[in-house]
Amino acid sequence: MAGSVLTIKDLHVAIEGKEILKGVNLEIKGGEIHAIMGPNGTGKSTLSSAIMGHPKYEVTGGSITLDGKDVLEMEVDERAQAGLFLAMQYPSEISGVTNADFLRSAINSRMEEGNEISLMKFIRKMDSKMEFLEMDLDMAQRYLNEGFSGGEKKRNEILQLMMLQPKIAILDEIDSGLDIDALKVVSKGINEMRGEDFGCLIITHYQRLLNYITPDHVHVMMQGRVVKSGGPELAQRLESEGYDWIKQELGIEDETVGQEA
Amino acid sequence: MTTEIKLPFDKEYVSSFSKDMGEPAWLTELRLNALANAENLAMPKPDKTKIDKWNFTQFEKHIVGSEDFASLNDLPEDVRNLIDLEAGDQNLYIQRNNRPTHLSVSKELQGKGVIFTDIFTAAREHSDLLQKYFMKDGVKTDEHRLTALHAALLNGGAFLYVPKNVEIAEPIQAVYIHDNKEANLFNHVLVVADDNSSVTYVENYVSTVEEANGIFNIVTEVIANANAKVQYGAVDTLAKGTTAYVNRRGVAGRDARIEWALGLMNDGNTVSENTTNLVGDGSFGDTKTVVVGRGEQTQNFTTKVIHFGKNSEGYILKHGVMKDSASSIFNGIGKIEHGATKSNAEQESRVLMLSEKARGDANPILLIDEDDVTAGHAASVGRVDPLQLYYLMSRGISQKEAERLVIHGFLAPVVNALPIEGVKRQLTAVIERKVK
Ligand SMILES: Nc1ncnc2c1ncn2[C@@H]1O[C@H](COP(=O)(O)OP(=O)(O)OP(=O)(O)O)[C@@H](O)[C@H]1O
Ligand SMILES: [Mg+2]
Repeated sequence: MAGSVLTIKDLHVAIEGKEILKGVNLEIKGGEIHAIMGPNGTGKSTLSSAIMGHPKYEVTGGSITLDGKDVLEMEVDERAQAGLFLAMQYPSEISGVTNADFLRSAINSRMEEGNEISLMKFIRKMDSKMEFLEMDLDMAQRYLNEGFSGGEKKRNEILQLMMLQPKIAILDEIDSGLDIDALKVVSKGINEMRGEDFGCLIITHYQRLLNYITPDHVHVMMQGRVVKSGGPELAQRLESEGYDWIKQELGIEDETVGQEA
Repeated sequence: MTTEIKLPFDKEYVSSFSKDMGEPAWLTELRLNALANAENLAMPKPDKTKIDKWNFTQFEKHIVGSEDFASLNDLPEDVRNLIDLEAGDQNLYIQRNNRPTHLSVSKELQGKGVIFTDIFTAAREHSDLLQKYFMKDGVKTDEHRLTALHAALLNGGAFLYVPKNVEIAEPIQAVYIHDNKEANLFNHVLVVADDNSSVTYVENYVSTVEEANGIFNIVTEVIANANAKVQYGAVDTLAKGTTAYVNRRGVAGRDARIEWALGLMNDGNTVSENTTNLVGDGSFGDTKTVVVGRGEQTQNFTTKVIHFGKNSEGYILKHGVMKDSASSIFNGIGKIEHGATKSNAEQESRVLMLSEKARGDANPILLIDEDDVTAGHAASVGRVDPLQLYYLMSRGISQKEAERLVIHGFLAPVVNALPIEGVKRQLTAVIERKVK
């Protein structure tokens, strides 16, 4: 089998009793790059959190499967082991745990006991990926995300992506707060991952990222649903014209969650 | 109100024990006075922990019989792991319950006049020197019932004396093994560093029994005379069921330094008091403490630095993790007495709770009786951030491993800053074992 398939069907998600996602349908296959765009507060991060199993989000209906296996039945770590990855919009900071120790622990969690990656091999791999992402090698010994700048955190998320080689990755605003050089480097990292075995869902507000990573499919979210899908040209039109034309087309007045069409 | 109690040992027993040990008259007398006081004195009152139901006074055996170990290789594995068996010229004291069972002091240290021996031998062979310092300027016998009882029933310990101008590079080590469920230990460690000397002492209280009801009444006195430097490391791992009162106190003279590196890892109920009296001008005290509580245990950790001398500096850094239903109080007290101008008192206490049932409380206290000083404190008590665990788990790390990483991370700023390598290593291993 070439790549994995992540299938989301009629997904409903609530947070603290409030329904945010109201029936999302999406399928991401290995080899494909999808982009999700949409105004603030329309449920994009909620979707990514629900896929990964964030403790605060409650799935109230629908299904998520990875190659037919029920993702919603899995613990967060099992989802990662199954091949999912989420680059978070706001990565946590963990004091006292070095980036290197964390990543080694993450890699070893995928290995059989007694078959852990050797320290040498790990260091070599980490060094080469850091060099590829033009990161200061000292970052390996810094505490995980602690005191990292916004851009450094994003780059560190991509480092994890490259080290862990997931089957399906969701990148939530990986481009926010990046200067143009960092944007290029991050795009380079994602493009390096591209291939038959890798599927990706990119959440972004900006066409500028999609200039570097051409998506196969573009979706627009409003009111907790995917309201429109198309090819790369859809993203370009959004960039030049904004969202009003879609709202008009669909008769939506307020696109945020909680407002019904 | 002080409730009178009936002690299990009377003055006939104590004086005949003292005689059997060949102790000098002053020590017998000190014991008997303390015994008389013990019945009437009040119990200590560690802030915010009620200990009136804890049993510190009722027990059967004052001394248990223990065999010697045929060789260091025959030590229990938990103990062998603590010492460097390869080291040729080591300075090591091992006590099994109440019995001094091994002592080695290098020729070099002997030549320099360093005394390192068990407390009974010290009483016999270095009576005057011991008398000069024993429970005089550090911990006094009549502070409360437990210090009195300690002096009366003293049944183990060590004496380390470093003469003027002698600087010892290699750590001196003591291991107090608890391997008999009937044992009760009234252990006294006295470290005296005379003018311009320096020494590092590392000790372990280690239970090799799983569970025991033993009573541990432990007192340490560190006397650092003018310009002396003492680094004092300890890793305590007493078993579940034990009840421990551990009082480690230092007195720093002019320009003297006392640095504590404490891993308080007992599994039983523990009151741990660590005080540094900065008596001399320009003296320096630094306490770094790491705690992991688990099971049902209740603990109280009071760390105190009292500034008497001008230009004295005191630092307290204390991090603790509470698991299961463990509960603990972290008191940190920086006290600057009138006249201790230009002194600086800093403290930081942090407690991380890993479960709903765990309890922790940090009380930073600054008592300042002088205007011209600087002081600061930081304290926090919190639970593990579920988002941190989510983040780690989203990379495939199991919940257990994620918690392990967060705990190590939380304790790392203290562990990494410990001044004694051996303690750092031991502690990392104990933490690993306890958080599994
Ligand atoms: N704890 C909460 N309680 C109530 N509403 C919440 C909570 N958390 C999120 N929401 C709401 O859910 C909606 C969707 O949020 P989400 O983060 O998914 O938006 P988004 O599309 O990712 O927006 P952005 O582009 O700004 O990142 C928002 O209206 C938000 O306020
Ligand atoms: Mg978002």
